[in-house]
Amino acid sequence: MDFASFGSQLVQQLVNGVSLGSIYALIALGYTMVYGIIRLINFAHGDIYMLGAYVGFYATTMGKLPFFPALIIAMVVAAIVGVVIERLAYRPLRNHPKIAVLITAIGVSLLLEYGGMLLVSPQPRTFPPVFGNEIYNVAGIIVNFQQIVILAISVALMIILTYVVNHTKVGKAMRAVSFDTDAAKLMGINVDRIISFTFAIGSGLAAAAGVLVGIYYNSIDPLMGIMPGLKAFVAAVLGGIGIIPGAMLGGVLLGVVESLVSGFISSTFRDAAAFGILIIILLFKPSGLLGKNVREKV
Amino acid sequence: MKLRQWKKVAGFVVASVMATALLTGCGGSQQGGSDTIRLGANLEMTGGNATFGGSAANGAKLAIKEVNSKGGVLGKQLSLVIADNRSEASEAANAMQKLATQDKVSAIIAPIASSSVIAGAQVNQDNKILAISPTASNPKVTVDPATGKVRDFIFRAAFIDPFQGSVMASFASKSLQAKTAAIYIDNSSDYAKGLGQFFKETFVKNGGVIVSEEGYLQKDTDFKATLTKIKSKNPDVVFVPGYYQEVGMIIKQSRDLGLMVPFLGGDGWDSAKLPEIAGAQALNNSYFSNHYSPDDNSAAVKNFVEAYKKEYGQTPDAFAALSYDATMMIVEAMKRANSADSVKIKDELAKTKDYAAVSGQITLNATHDAVKSAVIVEMKDGKQTFREKVNP
Repeated sequence: MDFASFGSQLVQQLVNGVSLGSIYALIALGYTMVYGIIRLINFAHGDIYMLGAYVGFYATTMGKLPFFPALIIAMVVAAIVGVVIERLAYRPLRNHPKIAVLITAIGVSLLLEYGGMLLVSPQPRTFPPVFGNEIYNVAGIIVNFQQIVILAISVALMIILTYVVNHTKVGKAMRAVSFDTDAAKLMGINVDRIISFTFAIGSGLAAAAGVLVGIYYNSIDPLMGIMPGLKAFVAAVLGGIGIIPGAMLGGVLLGVVESLVSGFISSTFRDAAAFGILIIILLFKPSGLLGKNVREKV
Repeated sequence: MKLRQWKKVAGFVVASVMATALLTGCGGSQQGGSDTIRLGANLEMTGGNATFGGSAANGAKLAIKEVNSKGGVLGKQLSLVIADNRSEASEAANAMQKLATQDKVSAIIAPIASSSVIAGAQVNQDNKILAISPTASNPKVTVDPATGKVRDFIFRAAFIDPFQGSVMASFASKSLQAKTAAIYIDNSSDYAKGLGQFFKETFVKNGGVIVSEEGYLQKDTDFKATLTKIKSKNPDVVFVPGYYQEVGMIIKQSRDLGLMVPFLGGDGWDSAKLPEIAGAQALNNSYFSNHYSPDDNSAAVKNFVEAYKKEYGQTPDAFAALSYDATMMIVEAMKRANSADSVKIKDELAKTKDYAAVSGQITLNATHDAVKSAVIVEMKDGKQTFREKVNP
């Protein structure tokens, strides 16, 4: 392989990696927010992503809606479902051992997967072409319009989220609850409402990722959330779980690593590399790339 | 008062349910009168593979109708008892048990899926009831892997997985003049690995070079990294022996990346979902092997397609055709054996040679696999079109 073709392949793999990574990042944001507030790894998060994809699918096919209204409906429906799940499955267990909530989360995840299979059948569905797919060839590097849309929407949603968390009253309350729930309660913050709000935002973001993925890959099915859910979890840990910019960084890094591994080493090592990263991070820097080492309060 | 009334109603309901059960029970056993021969079908009528099982049941029913209208077999009419295995291997064993011991059928059309046939195989062996699967293509179906012995009561009307791999390799090197190939295998499926292995062997034997061997897993969605790598190796063809969902996404993403070479695959591609996922345009210049094509212009296929369309108002797929063939093979063996006894039928069935079936000339080999031609289907603007027939 000569240097020029190696160079162009490398750039192409970086493009592939960033577009894949921006999807991981969107899902990872929800994971990280929920973890940051109630210290729960919400395993049902990947299935909310699936649910969002299906809502988007029905909105565009049966509802004949264009892309943006369908995206917003999917986000709203997923947000409501996220809040309901929190209210019914997690809130009653809030003062129980963490492991009980974790197992409940796995149960909710399985319920959504196989309940979904019952409702919409295990057959894969395909999205109608909701927006064009022009292909741009810039000096041998191929980028398509959908990749640009995914990246643009991901970045936009992340900016909005950062603004909400850092510059609004609700965001301030979220940070307070995350910092110390009891103290926040004493300050007059309605903790339950803030947690519901967090679930709503996280689920909405996952649904947005679901719709984007459904359009980009053109195939959705009830078990589509399992692998991206796990990968997003790795991304969240990589960046530092509970830290919002960390989820973005982790997602994009993971996508790039996966692309480079399958492009230059072997496609069979791709998942091994992704989960290998998880193990290495947990061994050497459990708080993640952007995490600070905080001593446990005793 | 009210309670007593309710009890009365409940009693009546229970009694009538029991009576119905009793009546249908009787009906079941009376049906086996001396003027009919009963065949069983253990098929995927519900569950994930319901469309496959439904087609197969239609094919078998059509075959039986045709035989009966010509006076039946051995002077008797045929009837079909369908047992649903819900697309599950464990249910397939139960359904087999029911057909063999309760319905006392003479022969059984076995399930579509290899794993379901394997699950029920011991029941067939123990009860000495022959079963023939229309499509199960895994070599382990007819040969017990534990003992290496052929299961003498299990047959199939399909060719086995390795054959498809070599057919596509020959097609690539002879018809498409390919010198180099990339193989992209579904690593989570034995079926795909088998096809990949035999494709490689035959392609190399024909003088070709495999420039790249890559793998993916079921439910993967992003293949661009690997496809970029394959593209950099400049293969003449890419062989993707997986199932339609991932294959559809792979072909779509390849075309997006400007990888325009022909894509090849096996019967796992045979689904109306494939053009929906990949897009009709992207699928042009891709080919897969199958058991049969409704566009084949041989007389047997034409007659079958016409009769099937008349009966069900749709074009028969490979499952319907192979199930029709399997039923007809049983009938032929029954005629030769001059008996409806399963042990005698299976001896004759094993001797099937050059039987002119819808899906080609069928000869059963020593391991009960059908040796017959494969069909190569070309995708043109989202439609399956018949390209050529490859003889074994």
